[in-house]
Amino acid sequence: MGLTDFIQIRRADPIRRSVAERTRDWRELYEQSSDETLRAQGGRCMDCGVPFCQGDTGCPVQNVIPEWNALVKADRWREAAVALHATNNFPEFTGRLCPAPCESACVLGVIEQPVAIRSIEQAIADRAIGEGWVPARPPDRETGYRVAVVGSGPAGLAASQQLRRAGHGVVVFEKADRVGGLLRYGIPDFKMDKTVLAERVRQLADEGVVFETGVEVGVDISADTLRSEFDAVLLAGGAQAPRDLPVPGRELGGVHLAMDFLSQQNRRVAGDVIDDRLGVWAGGKRVVVIGGGDTGSDCVGTCHRQGAAEVHQLEVLSRPPMERDASTPWPLWPHKLRTTHAHEEGCAREWSISTTRLSGDRGQVTTLHGTRTDTGDEFRLDVDLVLLAMGFTGPVREGLLADLGVELTTRGAVATGADHMTSVPGVFAAGDMRRGASLIVWAIREGRDAAAAVDRYLATKASAAVASRANAAALVAGV
Amino acid sequence: MEDTAEGRGLYDPREDRDACGVGFVAHAKGSASREIVRDALRLLQGLSHRGAVGCDPHTGDGAGILLQVPHTFFKRELASIGVRLPAAGAYGVGMLFLPNDPGERRACELTIETIVAEEGRTILGWRDVPVDPSAIGDLARRTAPTVRQVFIPRGTTGDEAFERKLYVLRRQIENAIGTRAGFHVASLSARTIVYKGMVTPEQLPAFYADLRAPDLTSALALVHSRFSTNTLPTWSRAHPYRFLCHNGEINTLRGNLNWMHVREACMKSPLFGDDLHKLYPIIAEDQSDSACLDNAIEFLLRGGRSLPHAVAMLIPEAWEGNPHMDLDRRGFCEFHGAMMEPWDGPALIAFTDGRVIGGTLDRNGLRPARWLVTDDDLVVLASEAGALELDPERIIEKGRIQPGQMFLVDTRVGRVMHDAEIKRDLASRKPYRAWVAANRVGLDELPEPLGVAHTEHEDLVRRQAAFGYTAEELSMILTPMAATGEEPVGSMGNDTPLAVLSHEPQLLFNYFKQLFAQVTNPPIDPIREQLVMSLSVNIGPRTNVLGERPEHARHIRVKSPILTNVALEKIRAMGKADPRFKCKTLRTVFPAAGGGKAFHLALEAMCRKASQAVHEGHTLIVLSDRGVSADWAPLPSLLATAAVHHHLVREGLRTEVGIIVESGEPRDVSQFALLIGYGAGTVNPYLALETLGALARAGRLPNLVDEATAETKFIKAVEKGLLKVISKMGISTIQSYCGAQVFEAIGLGPKLVDRYFTGTASRIGGIEIAQLAEETLRRHSAAFRRPLPVDRLELGGNYHYRNQAEHHNWNPLTISALQQAARTNSGERYAEFARLVNDESKHPSTLRGLVEFVEREPVSIDEVEPAAEIVKRFATGAMSFGSLSREAHETLAIAMNRIGGRSNSGEGGESAERLGTERNSAIKQVASARFGVTTEYLVSARELQIKMAQGAKPGEGGQLPGHKVDAVIAKTRYATPGVTLISPPPHHDIYSIEDLAQLIFDLKNVNPSAMVSVKLVSEVGVGTIAVGVAKARADLILISGDSGGTGASPLSSIKHAGSPWELGIAEAHQALVVNDLRGRVRLQTDGQLKTGRDVVVAALLGAEEFGFATAPLIAQGCVMMRKCHLNTCPVGIATQDPVLRAKFAGAPEHVVNYLFLVAEEARAIMARMGFRALDEMIGRSDLLRARDLSGHWKARTLDLRALLHRPNVAATVATRRVRSQDHPIDSVLDRQLIDAAEPALERRRAVRRSFAIRNHDRTVGAMLSGEVAKRYAAAGLPDGTIRFAFTGSAGQSFGAFCARGITLSLEGEANDYLGKGLSGGRLIVVPPKAARYDPAQTIVVGNVALYGATSGEAYLHGMAGERFAVRNSGAVAVVEGVGDHGCEYMTGGVVVVLGKTGRNFAAGMSGGVAFVLNEDHAFERQCNTGMVALEAVEDDEDVTLLERLIRRHARYTGSGRARRLLASWGASFAQFVRVMPTEYKRALEAQGARHVESIERAIGDLTVHPARGQRQWA
Repeated sequence: MGLTDFIQIRRADPIRRSVAERTRDWRELYEQSSDETLRAQGGRCMDCGVPFCQGDTGCPVQNVIPEWNALVKADRWREAAVALHATNNFPEFTGRLCPAPCESACVLGVIEQPVAIRSIEQAIADRAIGEGWVPARPPDRETGYRVAVVGSGPAGLAASQQLRRAGHGVVVFEKADRVGGLLRYGIPDFKMDKTVLAERVRQLADEGVVFETGVEVGVDISADTLRSEFDAVLLAGGAQAPRDLPVPGRELGGVHLAMDFLSQQNRRVAGDVIDDRLGVWAGGKRVVVIGGGDTGSDCVGTCHRQGAAEVHQLEVLSRPPMERDASTPWPLWPHKLRTTHAHEEGCAREWSISTTRLSGDRGQVTTLHGTRTDTGDEFRLDVDLVLLAMGFTGPVREGLLADLGVELTTRGAVATGADHMTSVPGVFAAGDMRRGASLIVWAIREGRDAAAAVDRYLATKASAAVASRANAAALVAGV
Repeated sequence: MEDTAEGRGLYDPREDRDACGVGFVAHAKGSASREIVRDALRLLQGLSHRGAVGCDPHTGDGAGILLQVPHTFFKRELASIGVRLPAAGAYGVGMLFLPNDPGERRACELTIETIVAEEGRTILGWRDVPVDPSAIGDLARRTAPTVRQVFIPRGTTGDEAFERKLYVLRRQIENAIGTRAGFHVASLSARTIVYKGMVTPEQLPAFYADLRAPDLTSALALVHSRFSTNTLPTWSRAHPYRFLCHNGEINTLRGNLNWMHVREACMKSPLFGDDLHKLYPIIAEDQSDSACLDNAIEFLLRGGRSLPHAVAMLIPEAWEGNPHMDLDRRGFCEFHGAMMEPWDGPALIAFTDGRVIGGTLDRNGLRPARWLVTDDDLVVLASEAGALELDPERIIEKGRIQPGQMFLVDTRVGRVMHDAEIKRDLASRKPYRAWVAANRVGLDELPEPLGVAHTEHEDLVRRQAAFGYTAEELSMILTPMAATGEEPVGSMGNDTPLAVLSHEPQLLFNYFKQLFAQVTNPPIDPIREQLVMSLSVNIGPRTNVLGERPEHARHIRVKSPILTNVALEKIRAMGKADPRFKCKTLRTVFPAAGGGKAFHLALEAMCRKASQAVHEGHTLIVLSDRGVSADWAPLPSLLATAAVHHHLVREGLRTEVGIIVESGEPRDVSQFALLIGYGAGTVNPYLALETLGALARAGRLPNLVDEATAETKFIKAVEKGLLKVISKMGISTIQSYCGAQVFEAIGLGPKLVDRYFTGTASRIGGIEIAQLAEETLRRHSAAFRRPLPVDRLELGGNYHYRNQAEHHNWNPLTISALQQAARTNSGERYAEFARLVNDESKHPSTLRGLVEFVEREPVSIDEVEPAAEIVKRFATGAMSFGSLSREAHETLAIAMNRIGGRSNSGEGGESAERLGTERNSAIKQVASARFGVTTEYLVSARELQIKMAQGAKPGEGGQLPGHKVDAVIAKTRYATPGVTLISPPPHHDIYSIEDLAQLIFDLKNVNPSAMVSVKLVSEVGVGTIAVGVAKARADLILISGDSGGTGASPLSSIKHAGSPWELGIAEAHQALVVNDLRGRVRLQTDGQLKTGRDVVVAALLGAEEFGFATAPLIAQGCVMMRKCHLNTCPVGIATQDPVLRAKFAGAPEHVVNYLFLVAEEARAIMARMGFRALDEMIGRSDLLRARDLSGHWKARTLDLRALLHRPNVAATVATRRVRSQDHPIDSVLDRQLIDAAEPALERRRAVRRSFAIRNHDRTVGAMLSGEVAKRYAAAGLPDGTIRFAFTGSAGQSFGAFCARGITLSLEGEANDYLGKGLSGGRLIVVPPKAARYDPAQTIVVGNVALYGATSGEAYLHGMAGERFAVRNSGAVAVVEGVGDHGCEYMTGGVVVVLGKTGRNFAAGMSGGVAFVLNEDHAFERQCNTGMVALEAVEDDEDVTLLERLIRRHARYTGSGRARRLLASWGASFAQFVRVMPTEYKRALEAQGARHVESIERAIGDLTVHPARGQRQWA
């Protein structure tokens, strides 16, 4: 291997299992690349003087990508795992799920295909777990402080791990019956096998994080109780309020929110039995997914595996260019057409579509009425199932947030200072709840930053306590 | 001149440097005569071009003469005022500069009378010295002192005792009066007297009537013509001093002064007795380096040593690297070396005590010194041959002083003594060699110690963190050092904040910047000229320098200042065995819980304990920070070292002990250099060694280097790095670097500096103890902080950008914004870029970020001069073709030509096909390697830039590895593809300021229409240098900042050498204004300029032109890979790889867009500030003020007043360039040559003429050659078209840049730089026909002949001086002997030496061939075989080539030696050795080429035609 491997070696992405094979099961769709391939791919990294992949233009958790690329190239996987975990609590999540802004910022992308960073990350993370290189690291001292974390999505989990490792007592409140938030119920298993999540949750538990599932703060436990029993509260409840489709016919049967659809399937795979009356199933149906984003794509993939007769995906925005648009030059996140594995499995994609109305028969949706915004043409589409995957508008305001009385931003997210503290002292916020719906990798970053802020807050409290004890002692001594 | 004396801004006038012409005339038998004085004055005038004048063209920098006391003259003179003098030698004469104010003058005289009386002496009388003020310049007249002489009778005291008493008297007088109102004792002696002043050589006898008196006689006379770097009225600083005149500079002065001072405490002398303390301080304050050296020599001389002995002690020859030295002589050097650190620097010292007179050269031999002896016992020594014209028939012997050698005339024994004899006499004075053998202990001889600290500890990571180690340092610094034994190399500049502006806790080391030599002294090449370098350290107490006893040799000799754990324990064990090495360990840690207070207390307690340890008889102090833990934090090792050092200096105890530092902190080269520079004798970096051990054990080092190897290689890398650091300051030995403090502090506060770093420049204030403690504690608490486990070091991010670590100015956001702005010409994107760069509130990083503009009445932007005018002031930085790809290099040139700015060729030459096209670089650089510097190249430029230093690695050379030298680059650089090219650290024709003046003159001659600029790098004192450069008649001075980019440079240099441009441009501007020279020189600055705001700040600080380098590269597509040194630039900019070059996507428009956007931003600011034209803004530093910095815990301590100081000068003093330099090229001899050559130039008709020539006819042939090149380009004229013959002593640079078709022959002799840059012409030098000496044994041309020659021929009948054919890349030369360092760095051509060579022949020679006549088989010893192989001459082609060259030589010069060799050629050729560079040979073989081909190109067909074997030449 030489100094110009970045030119000599071509980019190689992990291989997807064949469409025929993978759409028949719920297992992950990628095959593991060989060590040689990964090492060669790591060797394509140029060890840039200014690595855009980890700068403000790249990885949100600031993964020190050149460092672990070099270690993988050198076959030093264990050190690579240490380097990777230094910035990222859950690289096995991001390795599977991240859209990889690091790769679109990769300097090699200026002249060639960028380094296959994400697959290297996943390989390191999987190997680390497989080899037992990520054991529980409980703190060696307890601070005596207790922190409540509300929500067990990636932000809550990352914060919990950081706080626990700093020696604080951490209790995570999760309203669902299982830990993981969107990771658990939003991400289809073919994208991330849930054993990966379980492994992490076990690590956190072994480190001493206490999980209280099935407890909805604001319902099962009051916000005030939380504040009085904990030294700090971190809100990481996500941005779960979906964007709805306010058109005539929305109320018809067969029109569902994507998240309801996806979470049901996750439960099925986990072995839960879904009540047929509530169940949403795409098998044999003509499905329209409204919304051209990742959730929409997850719906498409899930539909294929359920055996949908046909799947359409409609997007209101215009069709992006095939290549990076001039308006988003390197190293920006490129505006361009993205074709996912789910599209590869078969899907009619249409852009510039505005859905104007749904109509049906006996309370069951049968037709979608739409307008092509570019031409103004109107059209109709026969459907059996409509899935709404148009994103989220922000956190659920009712309940906890209202009870706490935290201020919100104009966009409806929880407002905080740079220190992640909300308008209520001692109450912090992180993740989608603070930021609005975003990437998992941002959630992890948010969780880490918020944990550091909570840690600093508690340290200040500690020194204030020491000072006040000293003052008291001085008073007693008559100084 | 309102603002002259006090240095309130950045410019300190005391930082004066000088250089000069030196000479003496003596009668060997001591016969005094008027003729000696007359000849000396003539000689002085013959050296006048080596001196300088300042802003007033009639005021010289100084000239003077030292004579024997002229008794006959004084007897008559004093009789006329009624004073009867005693017999010759029975009285002392004081030559005094007194205040003009009668009251003050009388007060001085009264003080003198009182002191004389107190010493039991009387005064015979005073004499007013008649002077003619009308004979000198205005400025000199205004500051002229009253000159009087005082006469003191000897009485019954003995001769020597009387001189000693006069010395004691003078020191008391000087101490009592000081330097007030210009008081100065020029001399006070019964033997010698000095007449000197701020005059030109011609004015000296006109000013002093005495010098014209017919009865003023002397047997010897020392003269000096001065070139000073300021224009301040300094009569006292004229030479000669009491014993010497000096050409050069003492680089190690600070350390020498400190050590001399501390020695005072332990000096004893039976000769002085109680008078000794009256002499203190031995070195008076506020003097030039030469005056300090004069003081030191005087002290040793009067303390009982002979003058040669004193000189040899202070300026020793290089002995450590000389295995062939006589053992007694070596003993002398070793003995004295342990006693006195060398006063190191380029120096020609001419000295006399009135009886012996002589000269010596420093070990590097960097100044010229030529001598001759006549048949009537006249001896002349001077900086130049021919300065005193003598009938050649009188001369019986001639020579030059060689490096480290001495030349002496002893008038008492009546003859000349040469080096071998002098040194033999000195070495046999005492059994030095035996003393050393009996007393000195080598570290290797000590037994293996017990209790060596082991290197495996569990808390390694925490302790590393406490000392600030980062993961990046482990991978980028320590690992490569341990793996390769070399310091790591990086590229592009430094874009991280100054330490004082960083939010991260910084090591104290990072507040210091290495100083380096530029212009007034040269850096050294520590690799190729290793023979002068030494890292040996003597451990043990220093002793009385006046004594001379065996105990003086009692030392432990350590070969390197870096100690392993074993070495340290050996020394500790030795201390237990021998009380003379009693060792005390002081712990340099403090309780972390105690905070800043504990830090301070620990520091002070440590100083007290150090004194106590000395009082208890310890002779070694180990400062140890072992034992750092959760509770104990380390004091910064540099602070501990400097604090103890300066504390002991103040207490007068420093000589009693050696300081050893045992610290976990140091790990990179600059850190070791700092510790040693601030007083550490040796350093044990235990944690660095532990770290390497851990890396090795974990298998993390490349090639699985083991622990022992890692340690050895790491130390080796540090040693090499140290050699580089000391040599960039021109210092050769670590011993004289120790305590020399050649650093500048940036961001350290006055209290801290005054107490612990006494004497260090720190010009913008900064942090004090409290913040220093805070930084230490932050590191410590991060390392040992509560629960968060530490299993990993911080990333670092200091060299490569890391998002969560240190700020970098070039980061993903700024780079992408700039690229998008440049590509799309988007004002919006540019505004985004400028905002990111200019918005310093978040990341204060640079000094310019700390200032803001003072609001003024705005003007409409329409009234501001257009951007198209502003961009004409822009230049791009010097980046060579070779470091850049052709595409990138030409893109820059096209862009700059389109906007009327100037691009810079860099130092790699430029393809001939670009000259005269849009791709031609307007600025042609002339750097130390002179790659491709041909006459054609020079005449194609609008500006010729002499690169004295480079921001990223000032004071260092460079290397272009063979694998990067492809066919095109090789052609451009006149080299062979695949063969490594070395750039020497110094220009071998610039060792001092008058040399620079000479090069400027050379360039101006060859291309009179080009501006000559000089590129300097910012450091403290650059103002002083700039003044000197302006006086050397540069048209433009570029002050580069320390942060500029580089294609390859050691990382420690990128980070730790030089200072920011803001300081440099401000200091240079202030200095030039104060000296009233600003009006004649343009100032330019560069160093990471990025925005219009940067341009405005630079203009307000004094710049009228602006250089950009990194930013235009980024506009072209550079993404700051920092891989230029690896040839792997992915965007095709800094690479020669054709695949990568194809990726280049830059275009001239990108650069044009960017620069116009910058100019527009500048215009907007100008409008807001109410300026219509840039010229109005220059130097208006009053319109800048410091921003509110109270929010930054470190930056708030800064004080920017000196930076923003605006000199208060008369309105008539220009503050920007308003007129051109007066270049003295109107009446040069070449004007006659050009007239005479008219038929040749116009019609290619052959011309022949003869001319007389003198040493002041300099650079003869260059202007003529420029005319040829302008008309006929590189092809020149047909061979022999112009043939000019000269008779006499030619001045410097004879035949410089001589073009093809010109033959210059000289009967007589030539000075330095003969054939510099020879470009195809032919030079012939023969001694005078009437010469009575053996030409083959006699010097006929001076030093550095054929430097940078690219083609042509030289035939020299006689010997040449040092550094013959340095950097020759194509010329052919035959010479009959050469001095040291012959053919150094040569890359092409052929040199034939028909005689002896000096030492270090062929060092760094990577190409070309030399043939050396090796009759006595001594050559093998003299040759540096690092890069060459010595082979027999057996190949037919070689034999023929050699024969033909010798035949030519015989024909052109009539050389007897050549004829004899040819007469028996069959036997002769076997006596030659072929010196063949190995890499060159391999490259030629690989290409199937013959080395003779290049010679054929140079001088015509040399192919062997057996049938016509004896074909006649020419």
